[in-house]
Amino acid sequence: MTILDAPADQEATSPEPIPPKVDLRAWDQRDVVDGVGAALSSLALTWLVYEQLTPLSGGLGFFVSWFVVFLLIYSTLVRQRFGPLAARDRIVQAIINAIGGIILLALVLLIVYVVFRGAPFLRTTFFYKDQRFTGPLEPATAGGGLAAIVGTVEQVGIAMVISVPLGICTALFLSEVGGPMTRVVRLLTEAMTGIPSILAGLFVYAFLILSLHVPQCGFAVAIALSVSMLPTVSRSCEVVFRLVPGGLREASLALGGTEWRMARRVLLPTARAGLVTAIILGIARVAGETAPNILDSGYSNFVNYNPFHGQQDSLPYFIFRLIREPIASEHDRGFTGALVLSGLILVLFVVARVVGGRGVGRTSWLKRRFRKGVST
Amino acid sequence: MDGVVSDSVECQKWGLSTVISTISPIGEEAPVEPINVVVRRPLQDRIFRTVVRAAGGVTLVAMGLIFAFLVIKSYKSLRLDGLARFLTTQQFIPQAGRFGIGSVLFNTVIVALVASVLAFPMSIGTALYLTHYCPTSLRRLLTSLLDLMAAIPSVVFGLWGLYFLTPRQRKLSIWLTHHLGFIPIFKTSPNDHSYAGSAFLAGTVLALMIIPISAAIMREAFSQAPPGEQEGALALGATRWGMIRTVVIPFGRGGIIGGSMLALGRALGETIAVLLLITTVFNRSTRILDSGTNTVAALIANQFGEATPLTISALMAAGLALFVLTLIVNTLASIIVSRSRSGAATEI
Repeated sequence: MTILDAPADQEATSPEPIPPKVDLRAWDQRDVVDGVGAALSSLALTWLVYEQLTPLSGGLGFFVSWFVVFLLIYSTLVRQRFGPLAARDRIVQAIINAIGGIILLALVLLIVYVVFRGAPFLRTTFFYKDQRFTGPLEPATAGGGLAAIVGTVEQVGIAMVISVPLGICTALFLSEVGGPMTRVVRLLTEAMTGIPSILAGLFVYAFLILSLHVPQCGFAVAIALSVSMLPTVSRSCEVVFRLVPGGLREASLALGGTEWRMARRVLLPTARAGLVTAIILGIARVAGETAPNILDSGYSNFVNYNPFHGQQDSLPYFIFRLIREPIASEHDRGFTGALVLSGLILVLFVVARVVGGRGVGRTSWLKRRFRKGVST
Repeated sequence: MDGVVSDSVECQKWGLSTVISTISPIGEEAPVEPINVVVRRPLQDRIFRTVVRAAGGVTLVAMGLIFAFLVIKSYKSLRLDGLARFLTTQQFIPQAGRFGIGSVLFNTVIVALVASVLAFPMSIGTALYLTHYCPTSLRRLLTSLLDLMAAIPSVVFGLWGLYFLTPRQRKLSIWLTHHLGFIPIFKTSPNDHSYAGSAFLAGTVLALMIIPISAAIMREAFSQAPPGEQEGALALGATRWGMIRTVVIPFGRGGIIGGSMLALGRALGETIAVLLLITTVFNRSTRILDSGTNTVAALIANQFGEATPLTISALMAAGLALFVLTLIVNTLASIIVSRSRSGAATEI
């Protein structure tokens, strides 16, 4: 006797055929006809009234009117078939789908516009030349953004070195160790997440530059960035730690491990993918900050590799400055910078998703492929 | 096995924090003496705990330092002018000794409110779309896209708003003031026809920037609505919207309120996008379509370049006001969100 065979036997002997699975979300032919019909008839009606009979004009108004007329016609159709409750359901469905579409449209418009404006002027020189010999009236392809790129990489790098260990330790404190301070620290971390970056920059100006007499430099910006980054990283790392099953912790402790060994050998490896995601997203968040640069580092048109001495540019500040110039070629250069910055953020984002998008404790496809060659 | 077994020795040896103090044999009513178990942690753990606690303390210290330095550095200007006058004076001309954030603070709140009002329904809609309406196969991708939108730098948003949105939104502003001008906020002054750099424009771009933030929190709250009760509502014959209205939204109320407030806090402090978009003025105005507004963050970034020590002190005072404002909003928001969220760890 095997249990596995049992359902097969039953199926063979049962006289009633199994009814096919009903997909409750499926649209039958009438639903489709209703929807498409309502859309088309509302389009025709709106066009007739809006464009021909009344002195209205404008693209946005047309789409809004079309949508309203569509809702009216469609809800009338549904009401005739299924009654008022279903009609209300369909109206809400149409509205929510429209909202989702609008947000997606806004994102697509934003990205497409930046690519459309920036791409024609993007040359490889942008990555290895600076603005040293570039006057404002030269074409937008002259010179490059190396000074800004170097600044962004160094400032974000230093901020990362400071805030990643601190953030992970704070998350460990919040989720594992605890104590009487936990509530206060958690509350302050949440509150600090919302502190505007300009205030972080202002604080660094008051603290480092006015009180400790550190000159304006990339390092000051990095401190301001880590003030913004620390709460973000510790909050999201805490969330990741909370997702690690409590049983794993207890098993490790029950085997005689100390808390440190538990954290080191069980907690961190289990949560690694999630932690990497949290950190990369934190980096992506601060890489686009402009305000600290305005206050704490100023800018320079030539490359400054030393973050501790001299003014240092960054990509967001580069964009901001050029856009405020009254010259078209500078604007184009700014858009090129925006394209590069957006590309950088996008790359960071995709890497974060590839590394850690699978949830806690599961390895990413990349690592699985890597391990296949090593362990088995 | 008789009487009471104490494991305190073992606890000491292994440094366990969990205490198994007594085991009583079943059936016997042995009098159990409570035992004081003192756990002495091993050195490794003591170091670990100290380091981790110190890291937690860094957040406290950082917040304290931010507050302290803003207070210290703004003292000079506040002493000169007095707090009450600083908060009510509309002009900001430190050279002339007349400076205050009366109008700027007011307009900051107006811009943030415009953004929040626009973002609120859109965020709820986006969150519901992601949890209950979008095709299941697209859900992961669309959620990632929303997170990506939250990570787009504000300078890029500002750029887009300045070049793409400003000319297009002008028509909408004109339409609004012509047809809805009887509503006070849509009124415009007769001698201004540019409609650029208005609170409405800045608020729209800000709304796009904060929608991903609030929608992400709402999405999380909605997706945690208990499936049993959702299915129960559907089984009782509720439509999808009926189910959402009676189960999902009441359950996610904390997320809705908290998420909106967090987004409001973000909108209050947003700097660069606003600075790129607005035309700076220094008068209080509730007419959101009129060209010209100002926010505290934009004021700081704008005035910093040509700042004298007194100006810097005045800007620090403005920053202090912004700090207190965002801190209140964010703390309230995070309390509401964390109340609605279950803090329990996952168990296996």
